[in-house]
Amino acid sequence: MSAVATAPAKDLAPKILSRDPGDFEIPKGREEEWRYTPIRKMQDFFIPQSWGSVGALSSPFVEIVGPDDPRLSTTWMPTDRISAIAFAGTKKVVLITIPAEHIVEESIVVNLAGEMLNNYAHIEVQVGKFSRSQIVIIHDSTANVSGSIVTEVGDQAELTLLSVLDAEAPLKQHWNWTTNVGRDSRFLGLSISLGGEVVRIVPSVNYRAPGGSAEMLGAFLLEGDQFQEHRILVNHTEPHCVSNVVYKGALSGQGAHSVWVGDVLVRREAIGIQTYELNRNLLLNDGPRADSVPNLELETGDVVSAGHASATGRFDDEQLFYLQSRGIPESVARQLVVRGFFVDVLNKVHDQSLRENLMERIEMRLGMVTHA
Amino acid sequence: MSKLEIKDLHATVTTDTGDSEILRGVSLTVESGTTSAIMGPNGSGKSTLAYVLAGHPKYTVTSGTVTLDGEDVLGMSVDERARAGLFLAMQYPVEIPGVSVSNFLRTSITALRGEAPKLRTWTKDMKEAMSDLQMDPAFASRNVNEGFSGGEKKRHEILQLGLMEPKIAILDETDSGLDVDALKVVSEGVNRFQQKTNAGVLLITHYTRILKYIKPDVVHVFVDGRIVETGGPELANSLEADGYERFSVAKA
Ligand SMILES: Nc1ncnc2c1ncn2[C@@H]1O[C@H](COP(=O)(O)OP(=O)(O)O)[C@@H](O)[C@H]1O
Ligand SMILES: [Mg+2]
Repeated sequence: MSAVATAPAKDLAPKILSRDPGDFEIPKGREEEWRYTPIRKMQDFFIPQSWGSVGALSSPFVEIVGPDDPRLSTTWMPTDRISAIAFAGTKKVVLITIPAEHIVEESIVVNLAGEMLNNYAHIEVQVGKFSRSQIVIIHDSTANVSGSIVTEVGDQAELTLLSVLDAEAPLKQHWNWTTNVGRDSRFLGLSISLGGEVVRIVPSVNYRAPGGSAEMLGAFLLEGDQFQEHRILVNHTEPHCVSNVVYKGALSGQGAHSVWVGDVLVRREAIGIQTYELNRNLLLNDGPRADSVPNLELETGDVVSAGHASATGRFDDEQLFYLQSRGIPESVARQLVVRGFFVDVLNKVHDQSLRENLMERIEMRLGMVTHA
Repeated sequence: MSKLEIKDLHATVTTDTGDSEILRGVSLTVESGTTSAIMGPNGSGKSTLAYVLAGHPKYTVTSGTVTLDGEDVLGMSVDERARAGLFLAMQYPVEIPGVSVSNFLRTSITALRGEAPKLRTWTKDMKEAMSDLQMDPAFASRNVNEGFSGGEKKRHEILQLGLMEPKIAILDETDSGLDVDALKVVSEGVNRFQQKTNAGVLLITHYTRILKYIKPDVVHVFVDGRIVETGGPELANSLEADGYERFSVAKA
């Protein structure tokens, strides 16, 4: 059924797994996974520092524990030096636990806060089997952070994990997200990243058992000379699982640079899977650069569907003209077009007030007048 | 009563190879309650005229004037022209991903009227307008022009015409790409609009086919960026028989 030819996957999966930073070399910038990143601007992230730790207020389902807490995953391993340093350096772990069979209707909102300008972080999300919840992580928009989010989605659980990074200051943040999807469980990861001097987010999805589904959606916005990288890895090792990756980016300013890499690996055993990945970027003016690298590697042709798409385009003056020719003022017309661009990602935010709030943040960032 | 007056209009388009003059002195008048047809061969500049009147940024007016009821149209922004009462049904309407027809129409009507339409009457008006054009109600929730067939795009343009009720409507090849049934439905939509509002219509077409359904008062023949002959409906019949050849020869 697939239109994509099968090929032996050159091994994109991480080769070294270790909690010891010394097991990894300091990247030089030529390595495949770092070749787009301005690593000069992140030197401090590759050398252990005495940085603060990121915490949050305790609340139902949310507590702050030490990195040696026995409830934390013992199997999770950093896959690069930067994450190993962050885990070795943090004194706090934000542990979010949803008990098995628990249905939480209200969104659980976690406001992360660093102790200093520079911080390490570790967030662990443990979602019990048959549970259902929506967790909103609001990142500290005043601090530099290097950290990981480790998520374990129990069998037949449903989890929506929304991450909002709205950095107004020229901040640097690096995040490694690892999500393990259980049998027949459904994971929806939503990544909203607005601004930041250097933001690099590396989400990966692993399947623990057959029948799991993972959707990874992202909306990102860059201005000025900001850099953002979203490097996604979906590792299909189990049969009859689903992955759907959709990232939309809007860029303005002169030196803005975004990178989206979507690596999807489908192993020989992963028969009957469905996978799709899409990245679309909207350039609001001349100047920004958007790199978009979808990469689908199939070791089996026995899949239900497999596809990818990627496109980067200028803000379309013809669209503006059409809307304006119907009496719609330019500012409202621009707003309509940008809303329309992000709508399929933002519509997945089921909480209406949160959705509106995010849309307004995006519009504010784009310098658009907001209309009732 | 409204009046669109175009006097000695010259306009250029900027391309990679420099500016080239497309409109070379167009003069014509459209008044309320009348229909003028502009007929001409492909590439003669008909769409350029329509775009220039609507204010498309690709074109530059180098001389001439356009007024609507005495107001200077060329000094207005694109949206101001629409709010002043000009409407252009486009030959090639663009897709607007993620923006539904109903949201688009509501935003437009709100801008044109200066206030949001009452939700209940609005829903009813839209439903009626759509059923008049034999459009499926599900159409309202589709994204503007996205995946529309040629016929659906043209119906959507005429749907807007009926809801927006401009003073002067410019229809750029609304007939092209329509089969006979759709042509009838769309033409009836234009006629209904004109009867209701007494608007002026400037009908741009390449073929005479649509003139069976929409009767022009005046026919202008448009060749090489200007009007070369003006007459009554009978002029269209002679074009049907002889084509545009004689005008091209006259030019050479
Ligand atoms: N945006 C444009 N860019 C380049 N050339 C254009 C553009 N618009 C029109 N032209 C040129 O102007 C001439 C008239 O085009 P047009 O107005 O579309 O004619 P018509 O509608 O009568 O077929 C053509 O030679 C066309 O190539
Ligand atoms: Mg044309």
